Amino acid sequence: MDLGARGEVAPSPSLAALFTGFLWVSMHAFGGVLPWARRMLVENRRWLAPDEFVETLAFCQFLPGPNIVNMSIAVGGKFRGVPGALAGFLGLMAVPFCLVIAVGVFYAHYGDNPGVRGAFAGVAAAAAGLLTATAAKMAMPMLEHRFVKAAPFLAVAFVAVAIIRIPLHWVIIVLAPLSIAASWRWRK
Amino acid sequence: MSETLGILATRYFIMAFFAIGGANAIVPEMHRLAVEQMQWMTNADFASYYAIAQATPGPNMLIVTLIGWHAAGLAGALTATAAVCAPGCLLTYVIFRMWDRFKDRPWRAAVQDGLAPVVIGMICASAYLLIRATDQGVVTLAITAVTALVAYFTKWNPLVCLAIAAALGVAGVV
Repeated sequence: MDLGARGEVAPSPSLAALFTGFLWVSMHAFGGVLPWARRMLVENRRWLAPDEFVETLAFCQFLPGPNIVNMSIAVGGKFRGVPGALAGFLGLMAVPFCLVIAVGVFYAHYGDNPGVRGAFAGVAAAAAGLLTATAAKMAMPMLEHRFVKAAPFLAVAFVAVAIIRIPLHWVIIVLAPLSIAASWRWRK
Repeated sequence: MSETLGILATRYFIMAFFAIGGANAIVPEMHRLAVEQMQWMTNADFASYYAIAQATPGPNMLIVTLIGWHAAGLAGALTATAAVCAPGCLLTYVIFRMWDRFKDRPWRAAVQDGLAPVVIGMICASAYLLIRATDQGVVTLAITAVTALVAYFTKWNPLVCLAIAAALGVAGVV
């Protein structure tokens, strides 16, 4: 039963609960962490009301780093301060950290095997396709709604990073203020 | 060794401040450091690590764990992971308490609208560079294209495409 949909929020979780909650998320998160994070936070454990979840996510998206890592910090910190933030973070990262190294070691040992090499080349090509789709999914709604304001900055950022290979921080330091100023100047 | 750890710690810490929207925004910068500048690994290694980070559950920021592991073993993996997570975690923790006050300010919307095209442009650049790095001929390009189309137009689990691509690779088609 989705109690979260009724907006009922459970009492403050313990440190152990924060750790195991985010551990659960990380262990289910094949093909995307976010759906599982909502399930845990809003539906199963009811630590956040549905609208709180959306607000927190928007906030985490806005700051550097993976939104789900920031979310573990924000939720843990909200309930239990610094120890809570650490509990959420470690719960989220422990299993993926070990798993990714295990697969990496496997690749290092068997990477010369033609079958293994082929498998990784195939998966790498598919991963590039996935990222292409993600980029398109992010770009299309923005270009449909405010093409004139967004397209020039998107295009310049792409060319600067992908073709000219200007270091990323210079691109952000120069382009971001211009882009923000433009969207402020021509705001609705 | 400790010199490598120092480079991992400082470079990833600084880089992470620019990772708005996640690891994908800084893939070109990670590539520059690991493949071009330090020459810790080849283009193909980098592409494989990206794929591993993508295919294992968890944030795909974990590519830095693998780069750290490749450059300096377990200490490198821990150092790089901590360095790349620290800025976001610190900022999140500190600013989260002030966030509510900004909610209705018009400048917040302007900042968000202004950052979006720059960030998305960078993610497009990441996609472009990865397509180049993984391109080993017609078959890999076809895998990339089909996966992109499936992920864009359908709601299928993307892991299906990754699994089929792996199977094609094992079969020696790639």
